[in-house]
Amino acid sequence: MTDSKYFTTTKKGEIFELKAELNSDKKEKKKEAVKKVIASMTVGKDVSALFPDVVNCMQTDNLELKKLVYLYLMNYAKSQPDMAIMAVNTFVKDCEDPNPLIRALAVRTMGCIRVDKITEYLCEPLRKCLKDEDPYVRKTAAVCVAKLHDINAQLVEDQGFLDTLKDLISDSNPMVVANAVAALSEIAESHPNSNLLDLNPQTINKLLTALNECTEWGQIFILDCLANYMPRDDRESQSICERVTPRLSHANSAVVLSAVKVLMKFMEMLPKDLDYYGTLLKKLAPPLVTLLSAEPELQYVALRNINLIVQKRPEILKHEMKVFFVKYNDPIYVKLEKLDIMIRLASQANIAQVLAELKEYATEVDVDFVRKAVRAIGRCAIKVEQSAERCVSTLLDLIQTKVNYVVQEAIVVIKDIFRKYPNKYESVIATLCENLDSLDEPEARAAMIWIVGEYAERIDNADELLESFLEGFHDESTQVQLQLLTAIVKLFLKKPTETQELVQQVLSLATQDSDNPDLRDRGYIYWRLLSTDPVAAKEVVLAEKPLISEETDLIEPTLLEELICHIGTLASVYHKPPSAFVEGSRGVQHKRLPPRSGSGESTESPEVGQPGGTGPEATPAVIPSQSDLLGDLLNLDLGPPASGSVPAPTSGMQMGAVDLLGSGLDTLMGDDSEPLGGDIGGSPAMGAGFAGAPAVMPASLNAPVGGGLGDLFDLGSSMGMTTGAYVAPKSVWLPAMKAKGLEISGTFSRRAGVIQMELSLTNKAMSIMTDFAIQFNRNSFGLAPAGPLQVLTPLSPNQTIEVSLPLNNVGPVMKMEPLNNLQVAVKNNIDVFYFSCQYPISILFVEDGKMERQVFLATWKDITGENEAQFQIKDCHINSDAASNKLQSSNMFTIAKRIVDGQDMLYQSMKLSNGIWVLAELRLQAGSPNYTLSLKCRAPEVSQYVFQYYETVLKN
Amino acid sequence: MIHSLFLINSAGDIFLEKHWKSVISRSVCDYFFEAQEKASTPENVPPVISTPHHYLINIYRDKIFFVSVIQTEVPPLFVIEFLHRVAEMFQDYFGECSEASIKDNVVIVYELLEEMLDNGFPLATESNILKELIKPPTVLRSVVNTITGSTNVGETLPTGQLSTVPWRRTGVKYTNNEAYFDVVEEIDAIIDKSGTTVIAEIQGVIDACVKLSGMPDLTLSFVNPRLMDDLSFHPCVRFKRWEAERVLSFIPPDGNFRLVSYHVNAQNLVAIPVYVKQNISFFESGFSGRLDITVEPKQTMGKTVEGVVVTVHMPKVVLSANLTPTQGTYNYDPVTKVLAWDIGKLNQQKPPNLKGSLSLQSGAPKPEENPSLNIDLKIQQLAISGLKVNRLDMFGEKYKPFKGVKYLTKAGKFQVRT
Repeated sequence: MTDSKYFTTTKKGEIFELKAELNSDKKEKKKEAVKKVIASMTVGKDVSALFPDVVNCMQTDNLELKKLVYLYLMNYAKSQPDMAIMAVNTFVKDCEDPNPLIRALAVRTMGCIRVDKITEYLCEPLRKCLKDEDPYVRKTAAVCVAKLHDINAQLVEDQGFLDTLKDLISDSNPMVVANAVAALSEIAESHPNSNLLDLNPQTINKLLTALNECTEWGQIFILDCLANYMPRDDRESQSICERVTPRLSHANSAVVLSAVKVLMKFMEMLPKDLDYYGTLLKKLAPPLVTLLSAEPELQYVALRNINLIVQKRPEILKHEMKVFFVKYNDPIYVKLEKLDIMIRLASQANIAQVLAELKEYATEVDVDFVRKAVRAIGRCAIKVEQSAERCVSTLLDLIQTKVNYVVQEAIVVIKDIFRKYPNKYESVIATLCENLDSLDEPEARAAMIWIVGEYAERIDNADELLESFLEGFHDESTQVQLQLLTAIVKLFLKKPTETQELVQQVLSLATQDSDNPDLRDRGYIYWRLLSTDPVAAKEVVLAEKPLISEETDLIEPTLLEELICHIGTLASVYHKPPSAFVEGSRGVQHKRLPPRSGSGESTESPEVGQPGGTGPEATPAVIPSQSDLLGDLLNLDLGPPASGSVPAPTSGMQMGAVDLLGSGLDTLMGDDSEPLGGDIGGSPAMGAGFAGAPAVMPASLNAPVGGGLGDLFDLGSSMGMTTGAYVAPKSVWLPAMKAKGLEISGTFSRRAGVIQMELSLTNKAMSIMTDFAIQFNRNSFGLAPAGPLQVLTPLSPNQTIEVSLPLNNVGPVMKMEPLNNLQVAVKNNIDVFYFSCQYPISILFVEDGKMERQVFLATWKDITGENEAQFQIKDCHINSDAASNKLQSSNMFTIAKRIVDGQDMLYQSMKLSNGIWVLAELRLQAGSPNYTLSLKCRAPEVSQYVFQYYETVLKN
Repeated sequence: MIHSLFLINSAGDIFLEKHWKSVISRSVCDYFFEAQEKASTPENVPPVISTPHHYLINIYRDKIFFVSVIQTEVPPLFVIEFLHRVAEMFQDYFGECSEASIKDNVVIVYELLEEMLDNGFPLATESNILKELIKPPTVLRSVVNTITGSTNVGETLPTGQLSTVPWRRTGVKYTNNEAYFDVVEEIDAIIDKSGTTVIAEIQGVIDACVKLSGMPDLTLSFVNPRLMDDLSFHPCVRFKRWEAERVLSFIPPDGNFRLVSYHVNAQNLVAIPVYVKQNISFFESGFSGRLDITVEPKQTMGKTVEGVVVTVHMPKVVLSANLTPTQGTYNYDPVTKVLAWDIGKLNQQKPPNLKGSLSLQSGAPKPEENPSLNIDLKIQQLAISGLKVNRLDMFGEKYKPFKGVKYLTKAGKFQVRT
């Protein structure tokens, strides 16, 4: 009596037999036949040949049979579009059925038949169903609009279904509201600027009411939608938080996490001294902890999100360390995530417990996990200074176990500990050296060699040790080779008498026998340095190293903020902004946390009021995960340390450096036409900065970039002579003839962070004009007047009045063509006049648009070639410094300048008020009036306007 | 939204596929198989897998992978929760969630999936509503259906679907009206080798079986409600009443449901019912080792600890075990390397002990890792947190129902490190 009988086939030919049964007179036989067909379909058999026979069974009173036929139709209609038309009539008829279940079923199924011809017939029944008296039908119809939109977006817009859908947000039934929100959200995803979900306090109130009464899935849609709302002030924010908090007690973990998202976002607006703020913080911890007792898959997603939350607000979970302790039968993906969070929560108060746990984990079976646990001990040492000693002794204990991979990991992290606490734990070196022979992984070998080179004077047989490595020089990986080269040079500088032979050997190996350009070039640098001026060499190679920073893998703050707005989504699982990976999201809008009110910043201009001062400038000096590579390059000390200023160089070193820059570095940098972007293009999407990607970046590029740019950085920042931004002269926007005597001319400027619309109103009519008012249409960047048009006195005939209208950019957004088009309506006592004007994109460049160099590098690499645009600026007579000064006054910041082959290259960044970054490379050929501008931007459509502005500024 | 669903058995066969939007080729599962190959065990397959054009979100339940395909940004928890719901529904409908039962009921499965999701949006996931729409199979019904030609599919709109109490149908009638509640608590704990508690917490649930006529309105109150730390309620529970008075007030769904789940935090002191003395050691030479485990009752509040099972995942090199239990039976599976000692009831006077030698693969090095012990146990008529139901009141209906509360404590993830 089971369905497995449907799978049995007869010899005669299944299709043939089914056909006969489908055309049988007996209802029961028909139904059984359809069931067999469906069963075959589920296992992937092609039963499309039976299409007409199955469709014939559709006209029936039997609901089960009807449903089965519908199932079949949905699967095969696409492949048999002409046949599918046969079914239309029945659908239309079913949409009129007195039984709401059948009406809903019909409209639902019709939407699933992805055939263009059918969609046309769908419109009328759908329209009726959207207004059906039965809410069950309405809620089904709401989803159907989304389906139809997916098939034919234009049709949905033309038929006005979107407006009907918006009306459903005010429906009396919460289920209908939830489905309407879900449908609108899905449609909005393909139209990022369409403003479909126009959220205002009234709709928010409706959503919050529906939130309490709709199903768990509906709650998720509504909460996700709420998260996009920007409350007007902290009071509104608090009242929303209060109404969302009960959702934290929902049994469905997705509801809980979506509620957490809303709270985390809106909390940002609450003043920290508010009692409610503290209460809310306390309420967030228990549900997050409870998520960890759910099934492992849920735990994983929860943990990835908790990782973000802990970085943003460590106070929430600081007492909950223990729940992240690992159980031996947790799946590996849960174990690794828990470990990560444990380290983030580690503090002086709990470090003893954490270390005891980590030590326990280091004896587990799973190699990946053990490695990460060992690494975690090192991270604890660097993070919690008081624990460093205990961590080191734990690591030594682990080294004593002689388990190969444990030893290797331990040595890698001990190297980092040396970097953080120099001259403190060197007594352990002897123990480390005992394990030299067992090291077979490049990273561990490189770390060990670094230690030997760095402390050569304390290791009696350092030369022997290094020599032993040198024997198999060509078989080593690049990482080890580079490290060995540096270590031997260090050794030579410390003990010159005994090691001259060794250093010559390694230099010749590196420069003559190697075909690796990085190695060769570094070899030449050392060679020259040593032969020109050994004193300088000593100062360069053995210079004091900067201490490594505490947190090595924090997510960059702006990215973190964006990810907090995406809690619960795929973005939060991958820790990448949605724009980086979600296919089909055309031009994702970057979400920002709302500014905190009461922080003294005006809430009206979000680009100024960045919460918590987390602009890109505030990015802590982070050593990325390839710290070994970079750290090792810092030994070279060609450039100043990444975060500090240039130390006054001694004369000797200067000579060396100049020489090096003259030949060595230039070759390093290459004559490639795109020295920054070119070669690195192949590295994975999220490069150096924040993804924590493995050290896959070609070393060649780290080298010149780290050294060269650092050197030049100060050139960029010292050019701070502001001259005032370029402002175009006023032009006539509204001629008097078209506006009954009112002439308006104007221009745009940006002063002290405020966009100004400068207007001249001239009365060319015979009578007095009064009652001026101004309004903008929706536009690409949400520009809107920040106040009323200040024309206080009546404008008498032939009088001209100058007005400055401050603008903000919190107005409604709609993409315009061209992008910088602004449609304006001006009213006076006579009439309303319309005109449109175009604003220079520069007024949107915000003051904090100067990107950190590291971030710039990472971002430049991150943006793919198709988002790059190249332009020529012709007939320009201005040198690079003047250009950079001019641009700086328009908030276009020069981050670095380099000279390659007589070309000046300026690297510049600017940020639009909606958070879009534009990166630029401006190439000026001395003596040639033609400049080349390369722009990279995640929203490439703005590039053209940026170019236009470049051209205007540079030519004026 | 959720685009497609593939069900894959442990042999790697896709035995069912369902698409809610356009059809996605099953070749997309190759990415899943790739990840599966990399993982050491099925449990270790990462739940979210990205492919060039899709995301695969999967759960592993009852030896079946539920792999869903999504194309746009969808909250992964939403998908995972939904997949759990699907698995539960199979369990509910067919008594078990297995490849065989799904294949046996493939048409009902299809009807269910179609009813649960529309265009990727969840439609009806409440078991009560689904059962009104699609009747679960029973032997009797299929016999009757074949004779009378009636159908499995409900002809009317499920009554609960749109009311303000969507979880309950109207017109429920019972001759015996009864409401039973089970308070079940699981202890999750890690005990270190010296016997001190590293972490212990309690996950509790209150499951209900309510068979009451009409529209009863129930109020469940506790002697010590503040014990419960973080609660997740069934949608029927009135949150405001809980906030204000700490009572659970609700109109119950009909039949079995989980009323509330709660958490007793690690900060509170959790009573650990057993004390495990253990010593597992391997010798440097001779390829052998020793094992000695004793389980004693500890804080049991005067109740008997039963159903005690100790499981040990031995290192790979352990070939066999030669042990003597003073109580119960033991079994060592040389393939999975799992030692299971089924003790049964704990004897207060004479604590059970398991002792003996382990033989290792000759020539293999002494294992580095220390095996952890997993403890399973049960205590009837006790909620280890001390939670106690005070009373159950019913409003809105006239009859007198039978009422009852049962308590049970179990070990959840209860581990002892060695």
